[in-house]
Amino acid sequence: MHRKIAATGNEAVANAMRIANPDVCGAYPITPATEIMQRFTSFVSNGQVNTEMVLAESEHSAMSACIGAAAAGGRVATATSSQGLAFMWEMLFIASGLRLPIVMGVANRALSAPINIHGDHSDAMGARDCGWIQLFSENAQEAFDNMLQAFRIAEHMDVRLPVMVGMDGFITSHSIQTMEWIDDETASKFIGEYKAVSPMLDIKHPVSYGPLILTDMYMEYRKAHEHVMSGVPKAVLEVAKEFEKISGRSYGLLEKYKLDDAEVAIVVMSSAAGTTKEVVDQFRENGVKAGVLKPRLFRPFPYAEIREALKHVKAVAVLDRADCFGGSHGPLYLDIAAAMYQSAERPLIINKIFGLGGRDYMPVHAENVLKELVQIAKDGKINSAKEYIGVRE
Amino acid sequence: MPTSLSLKELSKKEELFSPGHRLCSGCGAPIVVKMVLLAAQYPVIAANATGCLEVSSCISEYTAWKIPWIHSAFANAAATISGIETMYRSLKKQGKIKERIKFIAFGGDGGTYDIGFQSLSGAMERGHDMIYICYDNGAYMNTGIQRSSATPFGADTTTCPAGTEIPGKLQQRKDLTRIMAAHGIPYVAQASPSHWPDLMKKVRKALDIKGPKFLNIIAPCNRGWRSQTNDAIRLSRLAVETCYWPLYEIEDGITKVTFTPKDKKDLMRFLKPQGRFKHMFTSENEWMLIAAQAQVDENWARLLQDQENTAPPLGQPENLNWQ
Amino acid sequence: MKTWKEVTPGAVITEPGSSRKFKTGSWRAFRPRWIPENCIQCLLCWIYCPDMAIKVKDSKRGEFDYDYCKGCGLCALECPGKKGNKAIVMEEVGK
Repeated sequence: MHRKIAATGNEAVANAMRIANPDVCGAYPITPATEIMQRFTSFVSNGQVNTEMVLAESEHSAMSACIGAAAAGGRVATATSSQGLAFMWEMLFIASGLRLPIVMGVANRALSAPINIHGDHSDAMGARDCGWIQLFSENAQEAFDNMLQAFRIAEHMDVRLPVMVGMDGFITSHSIQTMEWIDDETASKFIGEYKAVSPMLDIKHPVSYGPLILTDMYMEYRKAHEHVMSGVPKAVLEVAKEFEKISGRSYGLLEKYKLDDAEVAIVVMSSAAGTTKEVVDQFRENGVKAGVLKPRLFRPFPYAEIREALKHVKAVAVLDRADCFGGSHGPLYLDIAAAMYQSAERPLIINKIFGLGGRDYMPVHAENVLKELVQIAKDGKINSAKEYIGVRE
Repeated sequence: MPTSLSLKELSKKEELFSPGHRLCSGCGAPIVVKMVLLAAQYPVIAANATGCLEVSSCISEYTAWKIPWIHSAFANAAATISGIETMYRSLKKQGKIKERIKFIAFGGDGGTYDIGFQSLSGAMERGHDMIYICYDNGAYMNTGIQRSSATPFGADTTTCPAGTEIPGKLQQRKDLTRIMAAHGIPYVAQASPSHWPDLMKKVRKALDIKGPKFLNIIAPCNRGWRSQTNDAIRLSRLAVETCYWPLYEIEDGITKVTFTPKDKKDLMRFLKPQGRFKHMFTSENEWMLIAAQAQVDENWARLLQDQENTAPPLGQPENLNWQ
Repeated sequence: MKTWKEVTPGAVITEPGSSRKFKTGSWRAFRPRWIPENCIQCLLCWIYCPDMAIKVKDSKRGEFDYDYCKGCGLCALECPGKKGNKAIVMEEVGK
């Protein structure tokens, strides 16, 4: 049933796509996601999948082809990073606006300029308003599991929205990690058959996609989209419950690590959460009630669940692997703060920007943050609301 | 058996492009679309770039299209139809679809020559079984008559207005039809709604060929051309008769002029009825008329030479199959 | 007008040719008049009309579809007529 192996994040994502057996894949290479497509196209060339490839001449065209293919009426998947995601930016809004269940693996990478090929969250964060569902993965196992679940979430009849599954570029995409496969038959049965909605290839029922909508109706479509997004967490949990049955691994909207009785906590997504959990274990051994909150579903943001999880904590540091230009706080911080604002009982919250452009996040960084949080929890004094850590001063 | 190309027979066909669309009174684009869909001898699915045709034919809850149709963005009609065509091949291969369907991308000159150029080139190069049809009205008409690379030399547009220092567009038109032919695709052609049997024959021929095809069709715009509301057909006919818009096809590298005017008319006959060229009819701008005529003559001579150079030896041409 | 609950997912239109519900005939400043005696039934008006506003039955043209005709006058200009007499004339609306 399950085979324990060593694989990279890219290999995991490529195999999840293989299991999902998309009908069409429109893609363009970009570091560090390139390998996903390279592995996947070898599956195509060896007849292991039914997929027909569109080896597009740009990411904008790749997503356009995905949109055409999805509207035509079949399962579609792709992968990209950074500049590629940025280049297809307008098409992301269009894919979600047209309610097309495209699944995309994103090896999260920093945005130009300066050009940097390494891991941070600026690409996905830059696209957080585009109406896609966004999942973040801590390691190759999660990337694999999230990709499999992504197809079910996207194609869920109450959802029908595109999903992007993020993993840290190079850190997760390229490092070999131990993980467990799920056997092809079980996993593909979990994903199931694709059901098309308003397929263009049904020529007996011609449909028109993409009308011009004016001031009198646009807002109603946006509200409808917002309403669908609000139902996504329910679908995510439903799918996760089913997934647990075939994998033994339990997923939610977020992961709470030693958080229930924590007095200080770090909120962090993706691979850095792994490092942080290790440091939290050490602090716990020394009697500090520390914990970690790792959001998994980032869009739509689970405000209520996060409020519940953090409200009792005294001091929280939100670690952002991307920043919002203009002297603002990082994107994750802004959502966490918005979640906590509604609660009468809430922690003091500070923001740390870390790991940009693949800058290493070391245990010492987590230690320093936790020490600072302990001090804040004690005397209620915040020295710095927002700070870049790991940068040369 | 496809309907014969007689108006009486064609008039019995089901309408696939409905009235009630919001294109301007006298617009050339809906005439082109109507003729293309009437000619089509297979069920077709279309993708449409943003532009006049797209916004006017599908707005709010009204669609003029009675075929499956999608508009996704401006630069990507070719990429979008590539995805649809690929899904068709995938599902057909899996035995999930049995029907024979053909794929058409519609784009104006804006969405084809300029912003859509990359995705057009990519789609043609990948060899998708599709036909890209450009309805060329010579400017970004939908946003208010801004110049495109298809705008004719000398034309007054809202981004290169004919002023005291700069007398309109100073670049010659991009010859997109030849650029498409240089992609080595099996079929490329130019057509005009004024010569509807030629247009329809080309559409049918293209749809019968497997692989990527490109059709460039002139579509007069009385707003942008500052011409009369009723002269779309008259002007497209003049475009052909002055050899400004020659009717030809390039099939597997063989150029064939499909209509040779008995008397090649002076370009001025095409330019005079259009207000966008009126500044050229002054003594100080006479050089522009001369330059424009010279370019048309050069292009026409080259076309005739290409026809001669690529003519197959006496007898049947090689039966070259695309893949 | 539809509420947000009633709009179609993704704004997809499932009724082909629904543009027929929008009568563009109100755009006219000039109105074509068909003169059957001069009509040779060539159907050139039908093929050239940008608005599919000429009703044809059994390969013969009939009246204009004034619900959609925008009065562009293409048909009148292109009409070959019979012995120099046009089968279509444009008349100013309201006159």
